[in-house]
Amino acid sequence: MAKTPIVFTLNGSERASFAEPGQNLLEFLRRGVGDLSPKYGCGQGTCGACTVSIDGVTHLACLTLAESVAGRRVDTAAGLATGATLHALQESFMENFAAQCGYCTPGMLVSAKALLDRNPSPSREDVVEAISGNICRCTGYEPIIESVLAAARGRART
Amino acid sequence: MIQSVETHGTLAEAQRAMGADAIFMAGGTLVMRDVNAGVSATRLVRSTDPTLTDIRLSGDGVTIGAGVTMATIAHHRETTFLAPVARAVGGPQIRNMATVGGNLFAPHPYGDFAVALLALGARVNFAGQSGAARPLADVLRDRGRVGLVASIQAPRPLAAADFAFLKVSRIKPKGVSVLSIAALLPRQGGRIRGARVAFGAMGSMPLQSTAVERVLEGQSLDTATIARAAQIALEGLDPPTDALASAWYRREVAGVHLKRLLERMARG
Repeated sequence: MAKTPIVFTLNGSERASFAEPGQNLLEFLRRGVGDLSPKYGCGQGTCGACTVSIDGVTHLACLTLAESVAGRRVDTAAGLATGATLHALQESFMENFAAQCGYCTPGMLVSAKALLDRNPSPSREDVVEAISGNICRCTGYEPIIESVLAAARGRART
Repeated sequence: MIQSVETHGTLAEAQRAMGADAIFMAGGTLVMRDVNAGVSATRLVRSTDPTLTDIRLSGDGVTIGAGVTMATIAHHRETTFLAPVARAVGGPQIRNMATVGGNLFAPHPYGDFAVALLALGARVNFAGQSGAARPLADVLRDRGRVGLVASIQAPRPLAAADFAFLKVSRIKPKGVSVLSIAALLPRQGGRIRGARVAFGAMGSMPLQSTAVERVLEGQSLDTATIARAAQIALEGLDPPTDALASAWYRREVAGVHLKRLLERMARG
């Protein structure tokens, strides 16, 4: 079966790799490109562990056809930090103990960043809504919600 | 196992490329699940036709391209009457991907948006079919072999209070339907004229409830009418048992939730 060459932008850098016919974006990113930050949870669009941003809009990578990102901008949790400097959300997740097993964390971060990008001062309800497509089985969500709110407050101060 | 992915610039070309070995993919939220599980057709057909994402006013309603997403419906100024329904579908990522056209083909317990469209009396335009748009109720009945949906014409309620939607789920804010109900109850001089009521997750597809409509038609939305509607709510419904609720439970609560929806509409 013919593979399709895909050229796209991943976390600000141009990347190219080959996609199998029908391959989903999650598998393409992890196996083809080597970005292991989006996680494979359910493979059917329920858990949100594979959440990535495509042209600034959150998508589930497991339900996205790899070749549909050709020429587009994909951002994952791996692109949040700048060198050794963590993103404010990552710092906040750490300070507020928002990651236990950590499997949902990359998806949570991508959903939270999408929220703060369009709404820098979200209410608690906004945060709950924004992460409602991401399942966490460890934290009970409260530390995650607090982390996002704290990151937003920190951002508002600067 | 997918052997080829074909992307066409127009919906007409995509339609010509369809066949027994092909499946059309829009947002991917339904089709990619089967692709991931290795149980889909062998050819994936897609279209980048720009008309698929059009929303335009038409007569007394709005024509929505089949590829318009739930997120767009939730924010577009011409579809405010459908925004609460779109917001009840999936989580944010699903709403960014899932399309109006795809929702017509969503198997139980999904398809809440189609329930609302059914209650509104929406009609469906198909690719390559120049004739009149088909009523959604007919399309849902033989949705396995209807063709490629180009757009959906949704009549706009004359007054916002004439239309209401309710979704019952165990998890909030994002949960799958135990059931959903949509009602269009235009009122003239306090009397209901042209009642339309539809249920979701109460059968293998969204179902119009002609029994409830008959009870409501010509009446005012008072306590006695609402009680009669709730009493007859189950007529014509055949709820399935799944991981979310048993058929028994769905039967027990359908009338209760219909009553709550109608009471909400009576309060205005």
